Amino acid sequence: MRECDERQAGTGARPGASGRADLADPVLEVTDLDVTFGSGPEAVRAVRGVSYALRPGEVLGIVGESGSGKSVTSLAVMGLLPPHARVTGSVRLRGQEILGATEKTLTAFRGKTISMVFQDPLSALTPVYRVGDQIAEAVRIHQKVTGQQAARRAVELLDLVGIPNAAQRAKAFPHEFSGGMRQRAVIAMAIANDPDVILCDEPTTALDVTIQAQVLEVLKRAQRETGAAIVLITHDLGVVAGSVDRVLVMYAGRPVEVGSVDDVYYRVRMPYTMGLLASIPRLDRGGGQPLVPIEGNPPSPSALPPGCPFEPRCPIAVPACAEAEPALEPVGSPGHLAACVRAGEIEAEGWSPAQVYHAGTGGPDERGPGTPPVHLRPVRLPRDERDVVLEVKDLTKHHPLMKGAIFRRRIGTVHAVDGISFDIRRMETLGLVGESGCGKTTTLMEILELTRPQHGTIAVLGHDTAGLNARERMAIRRDMQVVFQDPLASLDPRMTVYDIVAEPLRTHGIRDPGPRIRELIRLVGLDAAHAARYPQDFSGGQRQRIGIARALALEPRLLVLDEPVSALDVSIQAGVINLLEDLKNRLGLSYLFVAHDLAVVRHIADRVAVMYLGKIAEIGQVGQVYDAPMHPYTQALLSAIPLPDPGKERSRRRILLEGDLPSPASPPSGCRFRTRCPKFKTLDETDQARCVNEEPRVRRLGEDHGVSCHFAEKLDVV
Amino acid sequence: MTISDEELAEQRAGIDRIKAPSRLRVVAGRFSRSVQGRIGFALLALMFLLAFAGPHLGRWTYTDKDFMAFLQPPSAEHWWGTLQTGADVYAVTLRGMQKSLIVGLLAAVIGTTLAAVVGAFAGYFMGWADRSLTWITDLMLVLPAFLILAIMSPLFAEGQWPLFVLVLALFLWMVTSKIVRSMTISLKEREFIQAARFMGVSPVRIIFRHVIPNMSSLLAVDATLNVSAAILTETSLSYFGFGIQPPDVSLGSLIADGAKTAVYAPWTFWFCAGLLIVTVLAVNLVGDSLRDAFDPTAKRAGQ
Repeated sequence: MRECDERQAGTGARPGASGRADLADPVLEVTDLDVTFGSGPEAVRAVRGVSYALRPGEVLGIVGESGSGKSVTSLAVMGLLPPHARVTGSVRLRGQEILGATEKTLTAFRGKTISMVFQDPLSALTPVYRVGDQIAEAVRIHQKVTGQQAARRAVELLDLVGIPNAAQRAKAFPHEFSGGMRQRAVIAMAIANDPDVILCDEPTTALDVTIQAQVLEVLKRAQRETGAAIVLITHDLGVVAGSVDRVLVMYAGRPVEVGSVDDVYYRVRMPYTMGLLASIPRLDRGGGQPLVPIEGNPPSPSALPPGCPFEPRCPIAVPACAEAEPALEPVGSPGHLAACVRAGEIEAEGWSPAQVYHAGTGGPDERGPGTPPVHLRPVRLPRDERDVVLEVKDLTKHHPLMKGAIFRRRIGTVHAVDGISFDIRRMETLGLVGESGCGKTTTLMEILELTRPQHGTIAVLGHDTAGLNARERMAIRRDMQVVFQDPLASLDPRMTVYDIVAEPLRTHGIRDPGPRIRELIRLVGLDAAHAARYPQDFSGGQRQRIGIARALALEPRLLVLDEPVSALDVSIQAGVINLLEDLKNRLGLSYLFVAHDLAVVRHIADRVAVMYLGKIAEIGQVGQVYDAPMHPYTQALLSAIPLPDPGKERSRRRILLEGDLPSPASPPSGCRFRTRCPKFKTLDETDQARCVNEEPRVRRLGEDHGVSCHFAEKLDVV
Repeated sequence: MTISDEELAEQRAGIDRIKAPSRLRVVAGRFSRSVQGRIGFALLALMFLLAFAGPHLGRWTYTDKDFMAFLQPPSAEHWWGTLQTGADVYAVTLRGMQKSLIVGLLAAVIGTTLAAVVGAFAGYFMGWADRSLTWITDLMLVLPAFLILAIMSPLFAEGQWPLFVLVLALFLWMVTSKIVRSMTISLKEREFIQAARFMGVSPVRIIFRHVIPNMSSLLAVDATLNVSAAILTETSLSYFGFGIQPPDVSLGSLIADGAKTAVYAPWTFWFCAGLLIVTVLAVNLVGDSLRDAFDPTAKRAGQ
């Protein structure tokens, strides 16, 4: 990655640092952009005074949490906001004002000079037209070419964004593409007319990490080919660290810190940015240390506080903060601006994020129950002496693929889960990780159903699920509870919080659930007075706390967590992770933690199992798996995760996996990973034959570390 | 008692007081805050009052005939005029409204309940339950409802109106139950239903506690429409001479008779037609507000 950067810098096609970029005229200049929805006292000021200049070839990252106005900013630049939005300020594209320009002028610019890549690649493509035709259409709108030429250009573009067999794939429909390929096709459309500016709105959020790494690479290639400037909008500080030149951090509709990527990451001057950096679980740092969540929730855009919008959540707020909103002022190095009255102080004292967030005004003792001051890992018995809470042996789940309406016949089998084994002991967290489609959710559902699996055994708290009667099953349900991914979807919108938390209690015959409910609501760090409200009156993090309260109602011993934090913003996520950690230690729980985010798993889990296509690739102690991954898939997965550290990110060696996950209906023979395995390619023929013909079993390597690879060897990738 | 104790007790009392209100109370509260709902409810109450208390105020009963006044316009003697037969319009209209209100509301509530239960069970359990329930639904759909009601009409005479209501309701639920079934199938996959399942809540309880309440908006609207549909079906049956049998009257039979004389004796038509319109309007207002009251995501009523 670094190599290509240097090559680029050498040819001068892309100025590597902001210093050099200052020489050219900005290609896109946004000044004092304001967007207001509605009017009167209910008006929502979604964007307030955003200014930035984008020089040719520059990559600007706009970072912010949901509701910070980052997407509205880009829609305003494109002129795509609905008519009832009032937009003021100035947006100059190559020196020409486009804000308030006629639809006709805008159409001439859109796609040609400025193009956009949206988050959800499925809705960005029309499902009823072939992919190639859609790209050709984008070409023909702005260029006078024949249909054939446009089709040829479409194939070229698909080839450029790395779609194998482009000529053939151009004839496919969007639903025949995987998520990563769709996003590539959308990028191909965006660069079809050599635009000067590409706005990418969360281009990789909907994708798996390995695919995310591929798409980021494609974006870089596209930028290199076209020399376009890119605005990369994301909530992920890791993605930004490795791929942008400058960063703009937004909070409550306003930029609060702007600067070169190194300045923002290493010389932070705004407490909000510090909070964001401190609250991310990091792959390169082990657990043990609690994350630092930012207290509270972002302000509602219709009811902003008079002073600095971050003041209510800021640990170093002083009375001056509440008086007026601080302006974005230069701090330290050139081009680095921050909106904080104490920026100078932070500069002079050289405060680090950790110092700022521990020097909170209230002190650690006054924090809520959700944010314990220090994690005291309880003294635990050695693993072998603790009871087994959950034991899964050779679990298999195959779905039949049926065809025909009248005579339904089986035409194949989806190998969703294919013989996996693991166990969880008391007070232990097992992280089950893998990309979407690897079978982790199926595994979870099989365990939760508490019925006889197709093959293999599941034993919960020592009871084999195959031989349970209804009464015993009910008794186990009491000891095993679940927390789902989407906190809003998992709470009945028609029930009050009280009824939601009361449901498990009433189901298991507890008469007066009142006191217990109040206790639970307080346990998860909410106010008992909130019990009469509905789920939609709460923010995402609070909703997930309600889900956790419900799961804890019956004092279970095993909690199954299905991606419990992936729908939450970073600063909120940290609080929920800390809460889970704290509850585990206080209540002696065991967790089965299913996630796709390996950094979160590293933080919370004791052991981790990596799944690939219904099989376990690697399983073991978190420290061992993360520090010395043995399976090529684990290595690739870990190396694909961006670190929120520009320096490390530049010097890292990234293992890029080719292609997508094969279909679980026809998994490759032998080792399932061999089709994408970087190691497979380096082997000689006899070794390759072994991978093709012999299916690797999970071998024990080291004390608590199992790998299913014939040629496992250590590799440091983080 | 020290101050902190006092404070604690106060706090505790404060917390104990926050007993989360039951769902019914919350919905009732939200309903009563909506202006539209209050107007609708008041109108409906007024209609009931008029239908059941009104006849006692008048001098005439619906069976009386005034042979001194045929087809007379409204006067002090006959407040809303008389019919061709000499019957007092005020008395017969109110009598007809009693029937229509009860028939309409009951048939609608029974029909919608049936639709919700059948659809939710079919959608939730799938398999054999679904197949047999869908089969029954389809069978009911192809039966000519009007014809069967007409054939059965002799049974409804002599005060057998509950049977009439039941048969009417039996022909009202099929389409809704199909919608409910498909909604249940998608609702079943939602995480909160899964969560309840993994908590050990029984399927029947899940249906009544989670599935049906989450469709209450649809059901409220459906019940509203069914009220109008039932009243109108009854009206049209009566128009053709089936349904409510003479000497009893219903709004339908009155409108049917009144339509013939509406041009030169408007009072024979407009009073019963007007009351029917007001009733249906009131029911619609109530239904709309109920839908909003059931849905916590709707904009707070009255705000």
